[in-house]
Amino acid sequence: MTNKTVLHAKHLEAGAKMVDFYGWEMPINYGSQIEEHHAVRTDAGMFDVSHMTIVDVQGADAKAFLRRLVINDVVKLEVAGKALYTGMCNEQGGVIDDLIVYYYTDTEYRLVVNSATREKDLAWINKQSEGFTVTVTERPEFAMIAIQGPQAKAKVATLLDAEQTAAVDGMKPFFSVQAGDLFIATTGYTGENGYEIALPADMAADFWQQLLDAGVKPAGLGARDTLRLEAGMNLYGLDMDESVSPLAANMAWTISWEPEDRNFIGRDVLAAQRAAGDQPKLVGLVLTEKGVLRSGLKVVSEQGEGVITSGTFSPTLGHSIAMARVPRAVKIGDTVQVEMRKKLVNVEVIKPSFVRNGKKVF
Amino acid sequence: MSNIPSELKYASSHEWVRNEGDGTVTVGITEHAQELLGDMVFVELPEVGDQISTGDDVAVAESVKAASDIYAPVSGEVVGINEDLEDSPELVNSDAFGDGWMFRVKLDDASELDALLDAEGYQNVVDED
Repeated sequence: MTNKTVLHAKHLEAGAKMVDFYGWEMPINYGSQIEEHHAVRTDAGMFDVSHMTIVDVQGADAKAFLRRLVINDVVKLEVAGKALYTGMCNEQGGVIDDLIVYYYTDTEYRLVVNSATREKDLAWINKQSEGFTVTVTERPEFAMIAIQGPQAKAKVATLLDAEQTAAVDGMKPFFSVQAGDLFIATTGYTGENGYEIALPADMAADFWQQLLDAGVKPAGLGARDTLRLEAGMNLYGLDMDESVSPLAANMAWTISWEPEDRNFIGRDVLAAQRAAGDQPKLVGLVLTEKGVLRSGLKVVSEQGEGVITSGTFSPTLGHSIAMARVPRAVKIGDTVQVEMRKKLVNVEVIKPSFVRNGKKVF
Repeated sequence: MSNIPSELKYASSHEWVRNEGDGTVTVGITEHAQELLGDMVFVELPEVGDQISTGDDVAVAESVKAASDIYAPVSGEVVGINEDLEDSPELVNSDAFGDGWMFRVKLDDASELDALLDAEGYQNVVDED
């Protein structure tokens, strides 16, 4: 059974090469993944992310429930529309998924979770919600389009009515607003400015066409992956999964340890791991000579072995980059080796962030 | 549908071979192969003077998606390589049968060409992919 988003026909119209993505037939590229990547870094590109799962959590206990469910603390969300990146863990401290929580009021939140993990996420959220006065409602009637790049906001602006224009005026990063039919968020997965816009499914094809007409270039999952990796953003299933602690996935910053009496799921295990300091860590790797670092390749260091979780050729930098899980004793600035095609090559260890706003950041 | 020129010979591992008529052949990868691989980012070629034997992995086409070995479709001495691919690996995508050529081989045994596939034979390989 293959799912198709409401934009499926628009992808075919644009010459997309379609692939199966966890049960969804999605565009991998529209000709050239690298050109699409550059369009996002230098101008404006758009992605169909309608396969992602929107879940509304509402009710008297919504806040208390989310303070239990996710590792960050939604108490930090005080301004309507504010968004928070975090993860939800199982009792063993493994990452069930990463997600964004959008805040409206203490009784109204929206979560956006991955599509690949939709069923288990919904099952988990529903199970954990038992005993809380909340309703958990999936919102499949929305399509979602991410418009990203230095010109993304300006190009979207040409499509907005007066009310919507006023609503997005001066919006800071990681905020959201419901403006007419559009749910507009200043979030993304590319390291560029832009919006993620959810809208009623029956409006999506027209909106997509208007974006095309405004000069926004369609970009596929291939470019989405190279962009997020350059930005140092995790991909669930590669950089972390249920067997991996957030402490080993560069997600420690998404855990709120204070207040100490907030009993979020997985807290005991994560606190013990944190005290022991024995979890591996996720770092960035840079290879400046020929070759491409790939997921699964072995990393060799004096402190022990590690593994590349995500690797790619970076179109912006012109060489390969990767994220790798390595022993905690490996330091930023170290040179380690990767086993590639039967030989060991030297790579530099950096913080897992490579490109932001079109520029190299290491 | 990929383009498969009838004047070329093919290996089932997706290399094409053009007989230059002077005892040498030019080798590249097919349009179908570049489509499967996606945007090319590096191409590693053999060196001029290398002796290569049919079936050896002699070059690597590395794309955004995967690194793929390129096998010698014939035996002989490498007498030329496409140095443009060093800076412009995308030529393999834009013109697989032309400017995206990879290396030239002086044949040890011209009869080896007879063992390669013709366009129809290669079309069958593509259809089975």
